Order: sequence, then structure tokens, then C-alpha cells
Amino acid sequence: MCTTCGCGAGETRIDGAEHEDEHGHEHVHADGTVHSHSHGQAHEHAASGHVYRPLAGHTHHDLAQPHGDHIHFGSGAAGANAPGLSQSRMVQIEQDILGKNNTYAAENRRQFAARGVLALNLVSSPGSGKTTLLCRTIEMLNGRLPIAVVEGDQQTSQDAERIRATGARAVQINTGKGCHLDAHMVGHALKSLAPDDNSVLMIENVGNLVCPAAFDLGEAHKVVILSVTEGEDKPIKYPDMFRAAGLMLLNKCDLLPYLSYDVDKAIDFARRVNPGLRVIRTSATSGEGMAEWLNWIEAGLAAQGQGQAQAAVA
Amino acid sequence: MHEMSLAQGVLQVIEDAALKQGFSRVSAVWLEIGQLAAVEVESIRFCFDAVTRGSLAEGSRLEIVATPGSAWCMQCSASVTVQALYDPCPQCGSHQLQVTGGNEMRVKELEVD
Repeated sequence: MCTTCGCGAGETRIDGAEHEDEHGHEHVHADGTVHSHSHGQAHEHAASGHVYRPLAGHTHHDLAQPHGDHIHFGSGAAGANAPGLSQSRMVQIEQDILGKNNTYAAENRRQFAARGVLALNLVSSPGSGKTTLLCRTIEMLNGRLPIAVVEGDQQTSQDAERIRATGARAVQINTGKGCHLDAHMVGHALKSLAPDDNSVLMIENVGNLVCPAAFDLGEAHKVVILSVTEGEDKPIKYPDMFRAAGLMLLNKCDLLPYLSYDVDKAIDFARRVNPGLRVIRTSATSGEGMAEWLNWIEAGLAAQGQGQAQAAVA
Repeated sequence: MHEMSLAQGVLQVIEDAALKQGFSRVSAVWLEIGQLAAVEVESIRFCFDAVTRGSLAEGSRLEIVATPGSAWCMQCSASVTVQALYDPCPQCGSHQLQVTGGNEMRVKELEVD
């Protein structure tokens, strides 16, 4: 699913390179015009006057040529469209709207399982300290575990550069106007990143407490980071995200003496939406909770390795 | 914001079905949206209108079938109705709830020509 919000298609960048899908990539413009290119071929259409939509997995050569004011739906079953048959009929669909994303997520998950990779999807609002926490985590894990990072931001590769400065490998995805990473983008990043077997893959999502909750990337867990400079009630204001997470890091705890933040209240709110949610209080500055967080990662990686061994036996 | 992606997902489902089942025009679309799903109905209506422009579903009627949120209360051992993810059990007030329904986002059926 090559989707970006606000019709920003074609703006997704992976490490600065325009992201093109080898199966064809479609661009939807504000005026509704759609064009597509595949196999890296440039393909120009007039700005308006025709609409031409490739169906999933199709390349130009299986599509009828676009002409005039026609709508082309490929040369398959749609080509058998019977003229004059105007009676309406009902078609049962019963398909998940996120089905396409979930298919890509399942493929990512299969790859992670086969190679014993523990993938964590780090989600939070902007400014919760995700990147700083991640840099500190990498420094502390240095030599203990191999780690690679996928960075998601709307623009710039600043975060990937910060990660690379720690010595870890990182790929930056720029979503353009998109508000979340999707499983298809991550699948592409995996191709260039190629994480080691039995390693940790950290996927730092776009800073946004809303949209990333709905998009499975194939990760083992979503880890939500809530900083103590935000409100205690964020978990009930943005319940989808806290519901989707398997672990909450309550971050910037070194600042608590200067704030009137009620930690218990924040944790209580989080457990209202997710009763089984595990919580670790962390601070990249003071090091509080870092050992517990690293242990959690190591335990997750060990579990992923066991799954890999079982899959190999089965 | 992600309703735009979801609307594009709906269109993808419709187009895949058009190819498989051989229709070229969609006049109505039924979406089943759970009350606990991360979807704003008004927003998806707006986005659906935008993404279907110039497609086989342009101008089609969007019907939303809202399904109520339901959960299993571990304290009461009973199935209860909830309006939001942070709601307590209406019987005992506990938050030990396991969501069992109302989080779906599905394209249910289409009226096609």
C-alpha cells in the first residue's frame, strides 16, 4: 500500500531516493488524475483529461492504453464489461480496509521470524524523546546486541544521522505529507537495511499519537513513549495508541522533581485502556530504568530466537 | 489524518473486486465501521469523496454501518457494551476489559452496475 495522507503520493523518500515500487506505483493528484509508473520507467500523462488506474500488481503492458476520456481498468475481467447491462446488483465484499497493509505486515513479520529479528515499533507524540532514548539505548547495547534502525519522519534525515553517529546502521524514510509509516514502506527499508540474523530492529515511527496505531508494520510490539512533560491524561485522550502498545516507557523521569506530574495517575489512565500494559520509567539523561528496558529487549530477542528455532523444526 | 489512507484502501478493495467480478461502475458502498475502530466517520466520508473522484466509484453513495463496541469483562465474566476504549465495565466499574467487537473496518458490500 503506497499510501500517504493528504494525497501526498510520490513524496515518500527512503534515504532521499524517490520510493518506487517495482510492481507499479500510482500517483493521485489533487484533481483526481492518477498516473503510474513501473520498473523505474518514466511515464508521462497529460495533466488531466483521462484517468487511468492500474490494479494491484499490474504493469503497463497488461493495461489497455489510455485514450481520451476513458477509464481503463486493465484487460482482465473489466474488459468483459457488457454494454447495456445497467441493472444494479449487489456484490458481497467483506474485506478489511487495511487488508493490503496487513498483507505487507504479515510478510515483514514472516521475515523477522525466519531470521530471529526482534522488531519494535516506537510510537509517541513529537518531542517525547524517542530519538535521544534510542541513541542512549544503542550506546548501552553496543557490543551486546546487533541493532539497526528505521527512522520515519515527514522530512529530513536528521534523525538517521543522529543514529548513525552512534555507530548503528539506519535508514531514513520520509513520508512526505504522510502521517505514519505503513508496512509497505518498512518492507522497502528492510531491503536496503538487511538487518542481521538475531538482531534488534527499532522502527521509529512518525511522531504522532493517532495514525500509527492503526498500521501494523509486522513488529513484535509497539512501544509507546510518553514523556512526563506531557499531560497525564494522554492515554485516555489518545486511547488507540495506548491500547495497541505492549510496553509504555514513561520518559524524561529525571524532570519529575520540577513538575507537578502525577506518575500513578498517568499509569492508571494507561491501564484503563490497556489493563495488561507493562510500564517502565526511563530517562536517557539520568539512566533511570535503562537497565530494565534493555533487559526487556534482550528477553524479547531471546523469545524471537526461540520462535525461529521452533519454525525451523516445524 | 489517516482516513485518507483508509479511503485509498477502500478504493483498492473496490478495484480488486471490479477486476475479479467484472463490474465497471459502483453506485453505493457499505462500510462496516466499529465504534472502537480508529476511524472518524465524517472524515472518511470527506476522504472517500476525494479519492474516488475520477474512479469507478466517483459519486457513489457511502453507507456506514456502525457496529457497537463490545468487550469481555474479566471481573464479571460477562460480555458488556462499551462506547470507548477507556470505558469501565458498566456492571462492575472494572477496566479489566478485553475488546471483543466493534473494532472492525471492513468493506461489506457494493451496489454495482
